[in-house]
Amino acid sequence: MPRRRRREFTFRLLGMIATGIGIVFLGVFFSSLVAQGASAFKQTYLQLDIELNEDVLAPGGQLDLAYADFDSLVRTALRKELPEVSSRQDRRALYRIVSVGAAYQVRDLLEENPGLLGTTQTLWVPASSTIDMLIKGNIDANLEEALRPVSDRQIAWVESLRAAGRLETRFNKALFTNGDSREPELAGIKGAVMGSLYMLMVTLVLSFPIGVAAAIYLEEFAPRNRWSDLIEVNINNLAAVPSIVFGLLGLAVFINWAALPRSAPLVGGLVLTLLTLPVIIIASRASIKAVPPSIREAALGLGASQTQVVFHHVLPLAMPGMLTGAIIGMSRALGESAPLLMIGMIAFIVDVPGSLTDPATALPVQIFLWADSPERAFAERTSAAIIVLLGFLLVMNLAAVILRKRMERKW
Amino acid sequence: MQNTTLVLRLGLMAIAAFYFGRERSLSLVGGHGHGMALHSLPGYYGYFVAIWVVLPALGLLLLWVLVEPRVIVALVVSGLPESYQALPAGELNLLVNNIRNLAAGDVVSVDVDAVLRDAAAQFDNYAAKSRQLLAVLALGIAGLGGTIAWRRIHPDLRARNRVEHVVRWFLIAASSIAILTTVGIVLSVLFEALRFFQKVPVMEFLFGLNWSPQTAIRADQVGSSGSFGAVPLFAGTMLITAIAMVVAVPVGLMTAIYLAEYSSARVRGIAKPLLEILAGIPTVVYGFFAALTVAPWVRRAGEAAGFEVASESALAAGLVMGIMIIPLVSSLSDDAINAVPRAMRDGALGLGSTRSETMTKVILPAALPGIVGGILLAVSRAIGETMIVVMAAGLAANLTANPFEAVTTVTVQIVTLLVGDQEFDSAKTLAAFALGLMLFVVTLFLNVIGLGVVRKYREQYD
Repeated sequence: MPRRRRREFTFRLLGMIATGIGIVFLGVFFSSLVAQGASAFKQTYLQLDIELNEDVLAPGGQLDLAYADFDSLVRTALRKELPEVSSRQDRRALYRIVSVGAAYQVRDLLEENPGLLGTTQTLWVPASSTIDMLIKGNIDANLEEALRPVSDRQIAWVESLRAAGRLETRFNKALFTNGDSREPELAGIKGAVMGSLYMLMVTLVLSFPIGVAAAIYLEEFAPRNRWSDLIEVNINNLAAVPSIVFGLLGLAVFINWAALPRSAPLVGGLVLTLLTLPVIIIASRASIKAVPPSIREAALGLGASQTQVVFHHVLPLAMPGMLTGAIIGMSRALGESAPLLMIGMIAFIVDVPGSLTDPATALPVQIFLWADSPERAFAERTSAAIIVLLGFLLVMNLAAVILRKRMERKW
Repeated sequence: MQNTTLVLRLGLMAIAAFYFGRERSLSLVGGHGHGMALHSLPGYYGYFVAIWVVLPALGLLLLWVLVEPRVIVALVVSGLPESYQALPAGELNLLVNNIRNLAAGDVVSVDVDAVLRDAAAQFDNYAAKSRQLLAVLALGIAGLGGTIAWRRIHPDLRARNRVEHVVRWFLIAASSIAILTTVGIVLSVLFEALRFFQKVPVMEFLFGLNWSPQTAIRADQVGSSGSFGAVPLFAGTMLITAIAMVVAVPVGLMTAIYLAEYSSARVRGIAKPLLEILAGIPTVVYGFFAALTVAPWVRRAGEAAGFEVASESALAAGLVMGIMIIPLVSSLSDDAINAVPRAMRDGALGLGSTRSETMTKVILPAALPGIVGGILLAVSRAIGETMIVVMAAGLAANLTANPFEAVTTVTVQIVTLLVGDQEFDSAKTLAAFALGLMLFVVTLFLNVIGLGVVRKYREQYD
């Protein structure tokens, strides 16, 4: 008897451990994600007094924004800030503490307001990513100089800037307003988010009506024969086909055969439509099945045609369940990346896409691309992008749960 | 006119058509209140006309979109000088692309000469003409269709039946898309795979032990023999899948048992949604976690224990994949356990067995087919999983059973072969489709059996 008790106890303990493993993983996962990603929402900025020198910008008296030398303005401002830096080598090291984005910032300022030419402007410009990492403590300043990407002199300059109140960490707006970039401090997720948005639009517009129509046909109209059995087995199988195979289909059919543009959200949306259709069909069928037959019989008894019964009575009652299914399908589509790699949405794209046929990338693919980048600063941005992605998914799933709770009807 | 504006106009026309059709049907019988003289409700006459406005025009639009680019290219090419037309197909394609880019104002890869500029102007010209023609034709057909339908409205016209007929066909078409998708997958993968097998014998692909898909671009290139023996890939896939299953099956199963039998309702209410979150995390996120957190950890742990561990070890990818699959296994096992009739459990408990004995000796054997079906689905999921292995497993095709070494999988190779610039007739690109075919066939097989077992079993106890 004690042996049986002990065995019972062990068994129970094993069950608890097993349940614990999943939950502990979840905890470790989220805490490491937040620990790594939280700092990416901040960015180090330097304050510089930049003289918009007419002689430098418009040597011929004519300002050409595309060719003007904004870099040298930023450099002059830096030198003025730290006048003790004199040797060529030191200067070059000094220029590296500020991001190349500083010059673009000056250009944008002048483009917006050409009247500023000749004045001196005090600007907060992004520091380069290595300095950013140093300030955030991701680069250990106590390491031997040769082992870290910042030199002792650079650290000293940064410290003196900080002492002068010319260095601050602020909210990283660039992360949400910029497209991708090779420079971590300039890279943002806006392009990827817009790409995902366009794709989801295409997916929703196509997969919801088609999925609901297919579910209606299979539940309400289809005769019970081989054909409808075949469709049924087919749909269940499609839901379990690896997503990368859908990518192969998209590559062969949409891009090679139909000659649609590569990397376009349109093609991505089409592939994701095929991917989410089974999910939506299965959810819609379940929700049509849940409408009690008495409703149909009553409507039929009052002289409605079968189509009228479906569209006037069954469909409105099944709609909440269908919408829930659609949201869940969409959240699956949002997290999907493997098929998008196949259709070229993995390209490095700086511009924010403006239409369905512009080259674009998607948020999960952006995460994949950044995860592959060697810079330390991209690792934290990857975590930040993941937090944003999980945030979107959380909102969608919460919406589905609330919709289900609100509209659920017990018959 | 842009296609979107055209579609918008058609939509507006359809609304107008609905209104006119409805009005006409009412006016034919002398207004509201006399509706009984009509065969259908007045709205159906409206829909009837609207359908006649939209469907033919949309059909034309679809046809146009499919055919137009080819026709324009053919016209532009026929307008080129003889010497250009005699170019080989590949170069001609490049030329046409340049013309198209020039016409769109994009960057062109060659020096722009007069011929090219003329051709681009021609291209623009044809495209503009085609757009005008399409707009006129589509709106004309829409108007014509609408007028004919409008004139046919008569109190005896069975408008409802006709509208419902169209609706029915739309529903059938929608449900056939699932079939079309499968057919599309099979055909697209099969055709490219067959082209691959023309270059590489099937036997070599299936049983060859050496995988190095770099084919030589020039004949004199060194070290790119291009051998396509896929066995190392299958072995790598199996190794990672096995590791994932070693994690997912016991943990998932014990979780299901604990939640079904032991835990209080409150614990269950918290633990279940938490585990479902695990299922909702995108795989790319798992991949990131595997590559940046788990892999270094596995490496350190392994080295501390005296093993030599590759930084892209099969173990790290397998472990994380296993975690990802836990919810799938536990929810399918949960279904199977719950499907076992209460009477069996109560009987065993009543005879004095402990809960663990009831579980292992009565319920699990009864639920076994369902659990096995669930495991098959989980295996299929692990084989097809892409992002985790792309990010955390290696590229080197090692034939090994050592979980500390780097292996590569079928899905990793598909991705690496197809990402980037590619020509569509090299064995390297086509190999990805052959691998895709294998992947599809194997997962289909597992899914059909798994789904069949799960469903049959569920019905058995109902």
